Amino acid sequence: MGATDKIMTQSLDQSQFDQWFDQRFETRMKAREDAHVASLAIIATKGTLDWAYPPFILASTASALGWDVSVFFTFYGLELLKKKLTLEVSPLGNPGMPMKMPFGPQWLKDINWKVPNLVMAGVPGFEKMATGMMHQTVKNNGVATIEELRGACIEAEVKLVACQMTVELFGYSPDDFIPEIQDWIGAASFLPVAQKSDVCLFI
Amino acid sequence: MNTPATQSLDARGLNCPLPILRTKKALNSMASGETLAILSTDPGSVKDMQAFCKQTGNALIGSNTNQGEFEFFIRKS
Repeated sequence: MGATDKIMTQSLDQSQFDQWFDQRFETRMKAREDAHVASLAIIATKGTLDWAYPPFILASTASALGWDVSVFFTFYGLELLKKKLTLEVSPLGNPGMPMKMPFGPQWLKDINWKVPNLVMAGVPGFEKMATGMMHQTVKNNGVATIEELRGACIEAEVKLVACQMTVELFGYSPDDFIPEIQDWIGAASFLPVAQKSDVCLFI
Repeated sequence: MNTPATQSLDARGLNCPLPILRTKKALNSMASGETLAILSTDPGSVKDMQAFCKQTGNALIGSNTNQGEFEFFIRKS
């Protein structure tokens, strides 16, 4: 027991001391919580148009809330950092994806076209068509484009970091990527960032 | 609303998370105590705007709904 504690316990009885301590503890903890800046760490691993949304939506929103945000792009996630985004979506093997017309009369738009996998796999250009439809749907609904959300992240100083190993593995050239990437790192560098974050997501 | 807004933001036709991102951007250029009026058509923005204000410490001093349009007044902290 320290000298201060000794004086405190001598001049106060135990219950008074406990009461003083509890109050002081609450005040100090609250001050610490108030001063804490929340942080979000995202590991983005998918490179399709649909999966490009969650990391950028969450990162840009968190930064708007005043959080400190880092996103680690690895494997196919690196596609999201290309200067020229050529993201596509494939409904093949994804029974959760509604296939609806983004144009035409309402009754036509409401139909969910259940296309068999065999047809999707066999028709040339099916992914191009699905991608075109998703772009149109996004536009119709006032949803941001990936470029727009990525721009918002960059503007809000979200830390975008990329996986060094993936670049070598996939034979990419560093020139293919946006200059706003803050660092090229490996798992050992990002895990400590994730460890210190309040929220960590693998997408 | 009796308090005139210092600035206004038209976020109609935009969907989550754009109304929040635009709101944040608009607030950045404003001084403490000034009021921002936001117009939105995104039904999700009603709850999101409350959560945004709670989290960022700005005050949501008023809101109205009429015919699918939502209006918010935020005083910058």
